[in-house]
Amino acid sequence: MKLFRRASKEPLWKDEFCINRADEQYVNRRQFTKFLVLTSLGMFAGNIWILMRSCFSKTPVYPEKNICRAKDVPVGGVWLFRYPTEKDACILIRPDEETYVAYSQKCTHLSCAVYYAPAKNRLECPCHEGYFSIKTGDVLQGPPPRPLPRVVLERRGDDLVAVRMEIQKEG
Amino acid sequence: MFGYEFYVDPSRCIGCQSCINACAECETHRGTPMIHVDFLDRTNTTATVPFVCMHCEDPTCAKVCPADAIKKTEDGVVQSSLKPRCIACSNCVLACPFGIPKMMTELEQMMKCDMCYDRTSEGKRPMCATVCPSQALAYVPREQIERSRREKATNVFFFGKQKVTTKVFMMIPPSDHAVSVDVVDYMWEEKP
Repeated sequence: MKLFRRASKEPLWKDEFCINRADEQYVNRRQFTKFLVLTSLGMFAGNIWILMRSCFSKTPVYPEKNICRAKDVPVGGVWLFRYPTEKDACILIRPDEETYVAYSQKCTHLSCAVYYAPAKNRLECPCHEGYFSIKTGDVLQGPPPRPLPRVVLERRGDDLVAVRMEIQKEG
Repeated sequence: MFGYEFYVDPSRCIGCQSCINACAECETHRGTPMIHVDFLDRTNTTATVPFVCMHCEDPTCAKVCPADAIKKTEDGVVQSSLKPRCIACSNCVLACPFGIPKMMTELEQMMKCDMCYDRTSEGKRPMCATVCPSQALAYVPREQIERSRREKATNVFFFGKQKVTTKVFMMIPPSDHAVSVDVVDYMWEEKP
């Protein structure tokens, strides 16, 4: 702060709200132009940085993880598990006899935990009433900006195995 | 008008109220005088004293203003409150040691004498000083006041221990150096 302030014993507020009209400080044209140029440069550099990062980003590698046995989940029931790490809560749903779907349990709006509502056959976030489709994970209503990330499942014999996450794009 | 100063001489005031009417004629606050003509002790004397804003060097009114509405210009004139900023809190009215600021309740704004800034900044004399028949209010060069008056001009006031230096001068007896006021002396209570 000292760089931008002239030397003064007075507290800052007295400097900014000074009684003498002669001591009032206004932003002059040169200062304003400097500010504009520097912030524009900053924005430009930031954008370049984001572009470079997206160019060189690697596709993440997901581990395979055995979730549960298929018969453990009743029809219309759920199975909670963690995937891909121990910190990421996911929910597996069996809406009918032959279908198994799994999504991340974190709502894409503000990360509340979504739960399965069997009566409406959809995933509901209780915080702001965001609803997600069971079939695709798409947003049905409410504030969430993106669909829920989907956990791709594979059936190996009697077991259900999570293979990878599928982050779905908006819309 | 370089070198011109404002001098107030209470001993010359005849209570004619010319200054009040002249002040009220001003375009910037038409109909509302910004000058005070006070009776000193109405039961015992007809003596009056005119009071314009003394334009303190360190204006208390501006210091207590929470809305930053009172500003002092480079030539030492403390301006009336800025209309867009004044919140009509009356802090300045209570704080001023001379009792100058007036709260205009109907305008929700404080207004006070700004030494006719529209006139004095262009080299004209303030309205009250131009009309005062006894020159109790005088806007003249310092040499002229020293030549023509017996009294001494001072701009130092003591309110108890607080020293207030002003732009406007007050004429006092030649034996004195400064005006010293202890507020307790002027309270209404009888002393034991």
